[in-house]
Amino acid sequence: MTFPVLSVLVLLPLLGAAWILLAPGGEDARAANARVTALVVTLLELALGIALWLTFDTSTAAFQFVERIDLFAPFLSWHLGIDGIALMLIMLSVFLMPFCILASWQSIHTRVPEYMAAFLLMETLMLGVFASLDLFLFYLFFEGGLIPMYLIIGIWGGARRIYASYKFFLYTLLGSVLMLLAMIYMVSVAHTTDIPTLLTFDFAPAAQPWLWLAFFASFAVKMPMWPVHTWLPDAHVEAPTAGSVILAGVLLKLGGYGFVRFSLPMFPQASANLVWIIAVLSVVAVVYTSLVALVQTDMKKLIAYSSIAHMAFVTAGLFVFNTQGIEGGIVMMLSHGLVSGALFLCVGVIYDRLHTREIAAYGGLANFMPRYALFFLLFTMASVGLPATSGFVAEFLVLLGSFGASTWLSAGLTMGIILGAAYMLYLYRRVVFGTQERKEVLAMPDLSGREIAILLPIALAVLWMGVYPTSFMVPLRAPVRNLLARLHGAAPRPENTVVATAAGTRIALSGSAK
Amino acid sequence: MTALTTLAASVHLASVETIIAAGVFVVLMLGAFRGDRSLVPLTWVGVGILALAGVHLAIVPHGGATGFGGLYIGDAFSTFLKVLILAGAAASMVLALPYLKTTSTGRFEYPVLIMLSALGMCMMVSANDLLTLYVGLELQSLAAYVLAAFHRNEAKSSEAGLKYFVLGALASGILLYGISLVYGFTGTTSFTALHGIVRGTATADIGTLIGLVFILSGLAFKIAAVPFHMWTPDVYEGAPTPVAAFFAGAPKAAALGLLLRVAIGAFGGMTLDWRQIVTFASIASMLLGAVGAIGQTNVKRLLAYSSINNIGFALIGLAAGSREGVAAVLFYLAVYLVMTLGSFLAVLQMRGPDGEPVETLAALSGLSRTRPGLAAAFAVFMFSLAGIPPLLGFWPKFAVFQAAMDSGLYVLATVGVVASVIGAYYYLRVIKSVYFDDPAPAFAPTDSRVNTGLLTAAALFCSPLGMLAITPLVGAATRAAAALL
Repeated sequence: MTFPVLSVLVLLPLLGAAWILLAPGGEDARAANARVTALVVTLLELALGIALWLTFDTSTAAFQFVERIDLFAPFLSWHLGIDGIALMLIMLSVFLMPFCILASWQSIHTRVPEYMAAFLLMETLMLGVFASLDLFLFYLFFEGGLIPMYLIIGIWGGARRIYASYKFFLYTLLGSVLMLLAMIYMVSVAHTTDIPTLLTFDFAPAAQPWLWLAFFASFAVKMPMWPVHTWLPDAHVEAPTAGSVILAGVLLKLGGYGFVRFSLPMFPQASANLVWIIAVLSVVAVVYTSLVALVQTDMKKLIAYSSIAHMAFVTAGLFVFNTQGIEGGIVMMLSHGLVSGALFLCVGVIYDRLHTREIAAYGGLANFMPRYALFFLLFTMASVGLPATSGFVAEFLVLLGSFGASTWLSAGLTMGIILGAAYMLYLYRRVVFGTQERKEVLAMPDLSGREIAILLPIALAVLWMGVYPTSFMVPLRAPVRNLLARLHGAAPRPENTVVATAAGTRIALSGSAK
Repeated sequence: MTALTTLAASVHLASVETIIAAGVFVVLMLGAFRGDRSLVPLTWVGVGILALAGVHLAIVPHGGATGFGGLYIGDAFSTFLKVLILAGAAASMVLALPYLKTTSTGRFEYPVLIMLSALGMCMMVSANDLLTLYVGLELQSLAAYVLAAFHRNEAKSSEAGLKYFVLGALASGILLYGISLVYGFTGTTSFTALHGIVRGTATADIGTLIGLVFILSGLAFKIAAVPFHMWTPDVYEGAPTPVAAFFAGAPKAAALGLLLRVAIGAFGGMTLDWRQIVTFASIASMLLGAVGAIGQTNVKRLLAYSSINNIGFALIGLAAGSREGVAAVLFYLAVYLVMTLGSFLAVLQMRGPDGEPVETLAALSGLSRTRPGLAAAFAVFMFSLAGIPPLLGFWPKFAVFQAAMDSGLYVLATVGVVASVIGAYYYLRVIKSVYFDDPAPAFAPTDSRVNTGLLTAAALFCSPLGMLAITPLVGAATRAAAALL
């Protein structure tokens, strides 16, 4: 029997959470124990994730590290396995988690054990989503993630935390239960809960649109897509910093992952027929939420709206039915996970000092917090999509892909990029440039060693992905090729064969080279 | 001689009920002579008797044998439900002890009445005739009326008893009227005979149909399905908390089991006729249970609406009318019994500084700071009742939705999931009070190790760990369902 690496990966944080909650001792001792345990566990997870990546076979689209125990028959089985797409998202999750723990090291001082346990529980559920190969096991993890996030927002959140926590919970629950019904229907038709089998099962064309819409209801809320995005700004604003990072970094990716894993390969005809819904909503979201972001006075809210705009790039990319688009969508998920996570961490840094998120309260930070200004600039540029950052690779691939599907779609998305540059630079100018006279602002110290330790690795990852994205795209190739083969024949129009001249696109095209 | 052997076989078939009946008299006599101070030993004697009866379940025939001239049946279906009934009754007896002591209502009749009620419930689920059904139901109900008014010095409790009695008597009347109509139009009260007659006719006889509607209405009252639910919040609020815990658990399971047997066992040929009634009751219960609970400030009333809501979900499985549907209902009942008993056990822990019961939602504020263990238990039960995976409470809901989808009841399933989202709101309110709000005055520390143990066990069962119980539970429920269909 081989080492059940995925089970360990998924269940280790759960064990850590149990130990944190059950550990004896006084309040301070338990808090210290919780912090250390959480950090050790998340670092172990990161190590496991790296080991997984190094031993992963990128040449095949088949699921790897598969393990299966029929533990909960007849409803579901404990069936885990990953392909390249899941691998990259797992990497994103395990990479961000230690920074979340570190970011909460000092800013959380009430009920520390519960907080750390909730985060570890969250990690278990997120990794479970990406690693599940059983339909209902996926649902269990997907939906279960609501509980810790509800508690994180509600207990450690800001002033309107209770409203935000309800909204977050009920919104996403409503989307998910419709998906549950669709899953039940699928299982009753296909007589299996096994995802690899379902991926090749052809559902009746008449049923596909309904199933697709039910899944869409769930994933669109999770993404979130306009017009069901309104829970996100509230949740982001009220959540503690690390909660926002996890929310933006990983939880939003669940929707995109769902589209790639379920909607596209399982309902290819419906995806092709209903692609206009995605295209229209994506373009509206890109333009509308960018405009909304322009007028925000709250930093977290601004970044939250920018997240919605970036997620619209993901959906647009995934549904153009060509290699560049789909790979671009996935890379956008990875890039956005890093960049928006880092941006929230940047906001958290100054929030911890001044305890306000109002943009107007800041200004002139470049003069007395130069290191902070540098990191913030890097992530702002990555969000805008400057070449040599991860954002550029992602946006470029999505635009390239969308150009093949529809020039109007590309035009709409490009508008979003311009607006994105506008609101991010505007934010940066107001916070970092200018002069500052207020004493309490001037008294803010520059980044501490701990904060640099948090931001530096993310910055390096962003640059790595921007300069040499191949490392991140190699695992995606085989699954994306497989997905396209499945979609072939259902695509709305022939696959785009435009050969781009820019050097950067070779990366994208080599995936589809026959 | 043959008459004697037949009788012996029948008594053997009903040995569980015989044991309980004999035990009731023993306990009653002991209580009458030794007085109220013997409440605690008598309770444990009662638990012992129920346990003995439970052990006997393994011995009595459960292969579908009938006794007493076809009035009585012992099959896997009744066995499954009897396990639930006995467990629910035993737990309700034990968990009441500290409450009865602090409210000085510790009279020895308490275990006697619960046992009598359990006896009635066992008869209900083993009924193979409309009259056995009626007798069992009345025995159960009469004991329950007294129990509701057990706190006789308190006006609320007396009011609960009276309300329960008047409305219950009305429902019994309706039920009896329905039985007489069915008898008049078909000439029989036996389920076996009815099954044959109803299946034989191409279109349902209108008289039988009206009779069936009355019977279903009477039973709907017992399970508190909308529109016969009005008594539930008042009775739960007024009755002593352990009694409410009892009402919410075993009798619901027994009455719903009975409803399954009547609808599918006796009137299986009229599925299309009763399906619309059950569908309506299901949708109405789910929605009203969810919406009605939103404004409640009393925890017991909230749980009353929660039970209405849950019964609505369980009825989805009945509406499906398939073997999977019945199995789903049985699985639902098993998990529901534990969830609801656990919730009430948690409510019993809500006691003011002098040990007096506290019932307001506001008193739960900030419980996670003062009693983290109890708070976690509340969270488990609420998330479980709301049906959020990976807690165990999700899986019964999942099972009934699956049964409904398999039977093509897409609209019902869709309404069901939407209702579950509405319902989630008020369960979240409890969790919000417990975890998000600033602490209210702390409750008195726990006063019973047994109750703490029961509470822990119930919480562990409802937690994701309980998923390990899915395979055996669903297996048993499926075998039980196979006895009906």
